[in-house]
Amino acid sequence: MDLEGILRDARRGRPAFIPYITAGDPTLEWTGRFLDALAEAGADVVELGVPFSDPVADGPVNQRAAERALGSGTTLAGILDAVAAWRRRGRKTPIVLFTYINPPLRMGLGRFAERCRDAGIQGVLPVDLPPEEAGEFRRVLAAARVGAVFLASPTTAVARLPLIAEAATGFVYYAARLGVTGESRTLSASLARELRALKRHVRRPIAVGFGISTPAQAAFLSRLKRHARARNAGRGQAAAAGRLVDGVVVGSALVRIVEEHPPREAARLLRKAADAMVRAMGGRE
Amino acid sequence: MKMRRVVPGRFADFGGRYAPETLMGPLMELEEAWESFRADRAAQAELGRWLKDFVGRPTPLTRADRLSAALGGVRIYLKREDLAHTGAHKINNTVGQCLLARRMGKRRVIAETGAGQHGVATATAAAAMGLECRVYMGETDMERQALNVFRMRLLGAEVVPVSSGSRTLKDAVNEALRDWAASAPRTHYLLGSALGPHPFPTIVRELQSVIGREARAQILAAEGRLPDLAVACVGGGSNAIGLFSAFIADAGVALVGVEAGGEGLSSGRHAARLAPGSGAAPGVLHGTFTLLLQDAHGQVKETHSVSAGLDYPAVGPEHAALAAVGRARYVAASDEEALRAFDLLARTEGILPALESAHAVAYAARLGRKLGAGKTVLVNLSGRGDKDIEIIRNSRPPRGGARKPLILSGERGFSGEKVSMKKPPRKRRSG
Repeated sequence: MDLEGILRDARRGRPAFIPYITAGDPTLEWTGRFLDALAEAGADVVELGVPFSDPVADGPVNQRAAERALGSGTTLAGILDAVAAWRRRGRKTPIVLFTYINPPLRMGLGRFAERCRDAGIQGVLPVDLPPEEAGEFRRVLAAARVGAVFLASPTTAVARLPLIAEAATGFVYYAARLGVTGESRTLSASLARELRALKRHVRRPIAVGFGISTPAQAAFLSRLKRHARARNAGRGQAAAAGRLVDGVVVGSALVRIVEEHPPREAARLLRKAADAMVRAMGGRE
Repeated sequence: MKMRRVVPGRFADFGGRYAPETLMGPLMELEEAWESFRADRAAQAELGRWLKDFVGRPTPLTRADRLSAALGGVRIYLKREDLAHTGAHKINNTVGQCLLARRMGKRRVIAETGAGQHGVATATAAAAMGLECRVYMGETDMERQALNVFRMRLLGAEVVPVSSGSRTLKDAVNEALRDWAASAPRTHYLLGSALGPHPFPTIVRELQSVIGREARAQILAAEGRLPDLAVACVGGGSNAIGLFSAFIADAGVALVGVEAGGEGLSSGRHAARLAPGSGAAPGVLHGTFTLLLQDAHGQVKETHSVSAGLDYPAVGPEHAALAAVGRARYVAASDEEALRAFDLLARTEGILPALESAHAVAYAARLGRKLGAGKTVLVNLSGRGDKDIEIIRNSRPPRGGARKPLILSGERGFSGEKVSMKKPPRKRRSG
């Protein structure tokens, strides 16, 4: 199933749970183990961050993760090799790369797309590449049958939404708050309204991230209905049709676990945290 | 569905708008506001008044007779941006952008700064127009430009140390972009060089083009002809593009940008991106596609220069384009050469140039001797050297006294020509 299909999948009865970790933090060997933990906890898609020297869209937690990953010698090529090795162990959980565009540009976009396909990457989110600049990126990804994910944010003009929706072949990622990645104690009061407005313009599945850090926040997003007054339509097709959010991305809260604990302990705690998120969102299918 | 195919802000293949989605809205708002500001005659007249009455424009063009004589008779003219208010060209841009911020109804400006000149210029314009001001500055730069940190604080600005990455200009830009992504509705990001996502390179070029317009008229009045060569230092490239913009259509005027050669290009410790041998490759940093110092995996490299204002791994996209089409040439001057040019200008003309500007003087001196009498060279003296006195003092040979003057130093030093690999006399940062 492609990314869009996975996010839409009605059998799940809840939005996809999409945990984020930074590849190579603290080393690429551990990234494989962390991916195991997230997959076993029921992650529907994993977002894997490519560390970059100048992560302008990231808050302090992810910045430090990128520094640790670069400090251990992590490269884009190494990450793709590590994902390929993980796939060879029989792991099927879809992976979306979250990357600044310079490392793929340096590799060559055509080569990057082919290597993503060969490694078993299902999608790429280029965080500093708006659709207006993404012509070649979209062509090479489409040719390699790898999905493209683009962001929308509270400051995105309505006039640009069709462009974003058309460019995003996997899903549209809505940044739930202004600013950079990180944890928030509370979600924006206008988030539900913003998402409903977005849904009117975007047919692609919508995942929400930036500032989602607790099971309660994930649960809140999972319960949102497409129409403000809709009753709970139960499970199955009807529920999927009425669901406002198709995926929930949790990043910095998990990256912080990796930062604060020795890797073996971090793997155990990642699994525990991911499990709590999945249960809060409605459990496993 | 029809897509917008035309991407604005391109200079040949370079430039563009490679920004996170959270910044796209603010950048488009800025583009619209800028276009209306440009078209509004009253606003332009107001800008003109600020440049005249506050900045002190026009800045003079000084014929550097003793420097020229020392170099064998070439005629060197200095465009005196060091005499603008706050001591550097940066104020041309900050006055313009503060007016723009006010026009957009934004009461807060944020800025990044390397040497501190842009930070001081931002704090100055913000104070004069009653705007709240925060400046991000790398911790390394705060150490080597402590005086400018104090100046900014005196002007009421909040200076925020940046401790991530290399703790220099590029990290300060990262932090300013992050602030802006969260604060754009009430904040204008006052970017200080001809860098960043569209429309910044265009806005900064236009606001700095006053340097070139004045210099062109002044040299025509003095010489009755255009210069053979126009020279400026290039960090991000705002003073250079401001100067070059007036001469790009004049094929007879050679344009030369001088980058920071640091400890020599082959040492890897430098900040040259366009000079032959720099090792830079095309890439995206801070929202623009340009030549970038990066490793084989696309990670941005740390740079080195004795002058904080040139210590940056990417170059303004319009310079990348001018280099690609061959309209301008880019060379590098080493730390040591810049320090020697500083001495030379101090002793022949009674002017202490900023270390950034000393790079341009170094190249002019070098080329001037080759060109000889009858040729005219226009050098943009982008700032004054008061902020660098501490660095200069710490770079002196142990017994004191002046360094060997540049004019006696033989035929080496510039990339693309013969590059000096001489080590600097001693450590420059004295803790």
